Amino acid sequence: MIRRLVVLAAIGVALAPLPLLLPPAQEAVAVRALMFAMMAVAWNLMSGFGGLFSFGHAAYFGLGAYTTALLTVELGLSPWLGLLAGMAVAALFGVVTGYLAVRYRLKGAYFALATFAFAEMLRLAALNSELVGGAVGLTLPVTGEQGWWTLRFDVGDPAYFWVALLLTLACVATVIVLLGSRAGLNLVAVREDETAAAAAGVAVVRHQILAIGVSAALTSVAGGFYAVYYLFVSPDLAFGPSVSIQAILPAVIGGVGTVWGPLIGAAVLAPLSDVAATVVRTPPEFLSFLQGRSGLDVIMYAVLLIVVVLAMPRGLYGGFARRSR
Amino acid sequence: MNHLISRAGLGILVAVAVVAGAWARSGSGSVTAQAVLTGLLLGGVYALVAMGLTLIFGVLDIVNFAHGAFMTLGMYATALLATGAGLNPYLSLLVSVPLLFGLGYAVQRHLVSRTMGGSLAAQLLLTLGIAMLLENALLLAFSGDTRTVAVSFDTPLRVLGAVADLSRVLAFAGAMGLAGAVWLLLTRTRLGTAIRAVAANPEGASLVGLDVRRLHALTFAAGTACAGAAGTLVTPLVTVEPTAGELFNIIGFVVVVLGGLGSVPGAVAGGLIVGLTEQLGGIYLPGQSPLLAVFAVFVLVLLWRPQGLFGRPA
Repeated sequence: MIRRLVVLAAIGVALAPLPLLLPPAQEAVAVRALMFAMMAVAWNLMSGFGGLFSFGHAAYFGLGAYTTALLTVELGLSPWLGLLAGMAVAALFGVVTGYLAVRYRLKGAYFALATFAFAEMLRLAALNSELVGGAVGLTLPVTGEQGWWTLRFDVGDPAYFWVALLLTLACVATVIVLLGSRAGLNLVAVREDETAAAAAGVAVVRHQILAIGVSAALTSVAGGFYAVYYLFVSPDLAFGPSVSIQAILPAVIGGVGTVWGPLIGAAVLAPLSDVAATVVRTPPEFLSFLQGRSGLDVIMYAVLLIVVVLAMPRGLYGGFARRSR
Repeated sequence: MNHLISRAGLGILVAVAVVAGAWARSGSGSVTAQAVLTGLLLGGVYALVAMGLTLIFGVLDIVNFAHGAFMTLGMYATALLATGAGLNPYLSLLVSVPLLFGLGYAVQRHLVSRTMGGSLAAQLLLTLGIAMLLENALLLAFSGDTRTVAVSFDTPLRVLGAVADLSRVLAFAGAMGLAGAVWLLLTRTRLGTAIRAVAANPEGASLVGLDVRRLHALTFAAGTACAGAAGTLVTPLVTVEPTAGELFNIIGFVVVVLGGLGSVPGAVAGGLIVGLTEQLGGIYLPGQSPLLAVFAVFVLVLLWRPQGLFGRPA
């Protein structure tokens, strides 16, 4: 565990000067990569280490985004408080819905579909609720006092990257510490064989609920940061199925059930959409028919996903880590 | 058999109570009748979508997230033939069904078969990847512009105090006819018996000489053809766009879980129930999305009876 934390700190130190070296457009890509990383690390805790395949992480992301946005817009509170409140709300939602699902022994596909249904219900509720702006969504104020307390900076300010980096490091550290503890070992034992773990005296349901609650809280941090960074949340952007997919993709491409896989997956995926956008804007001669069309970025994600699932089921990191052993 | 009859009786009682409640809530008989008719007609299409899903789930044990995208391909085939060649939308079934059958066969043989026996996550993610690929290929090829296809001979029909367009009635009738055909195929033919044998016990089926790999591909192809047919049948009722099938995919899952995984009669009953829930839910929860009621029913069924209304306890 100590070794992993040291590696994490080294990664943090290495990444910190990035926004000073990159042009602003690239910095936005780096921030997006960090958001991917937060979501994927959180998803990986519940679904990779906990074995509870979630297809509804948008629920936790959206609760974080909406809580932060609401507290900022309505009460003028600092986004930091919004992030904390969002973690509490998302964790509570995760624990209650997770308890229902685990208590009624939903397994595999059923569990995944139940998480999906919960996320969709939140999306539909937000769509029709005046309190949170309905289909229009919530816009956060652009002007106002700048600084670290209000998390409001000029567009392209390196501070955004540092905040995201800090939050990501905190999320990964939480997962590392949890996995290194007795609870983490028990959690993996439950994933491997529920019956055997229960026979050995492990409280199965309690550990599964713990994983869901922590995963939900960490995912909500990404959502809260999303609201602060893009200054806008809407039902589809916060609770839509594509958000759940964004939590899954980096983890699967990097390596499910590994600590570093989701980070690598995020670092690979985030620049892809930028590459796709560039190709579509100024396509090379033989691809000129792509001029101005959309969809190419997701096609690249999809092909990568299919190739990884079929050819490297352990993901990029998992595959290489195994080969080099 | 007895428990089936008693359950059907209970179901009818619940349905009558729900309709009576909707009547009381809306204070209008014609509003309620309209909701019931619209719900049943749309429910028939849901049943056809779900039948393909449940076939694939029952035989191959795969949660197919690409089903909706296959359905969208059926819609595009119909829309392009109708606007490009002026073909009657219902005649394009002759194109969309074989097209999707072949595509389903190829996808199963070359992609899905490699994850057979693998983890649930791998299969789910693979079909998700296929769905994203198909949807965005359509987006790239035809852009996000929406298309509509009108049926030239469409006319409103009066049924029991409610009104339904002929195109809706045709979609319902077509879906029920195809569902019946699939049911006959499964229960009355050698191929259907072989497919059911593979679903019940793949090792046993392979021991008695059945080609399990080929039957898996045929089943996936048949399920995908159902999606294509459903896509064609709903084309006159929806706006065609690359993501048009997503909603049907989601509703299909709800129907499949409701009816019991792998159960064809369950898919039909579940489809009608979900169609009714969607329409009557709009009366019970005015101002909310009708889908909210569908998901609420879905979660309740998952928790209370995960094997589905028609499935047997595991």
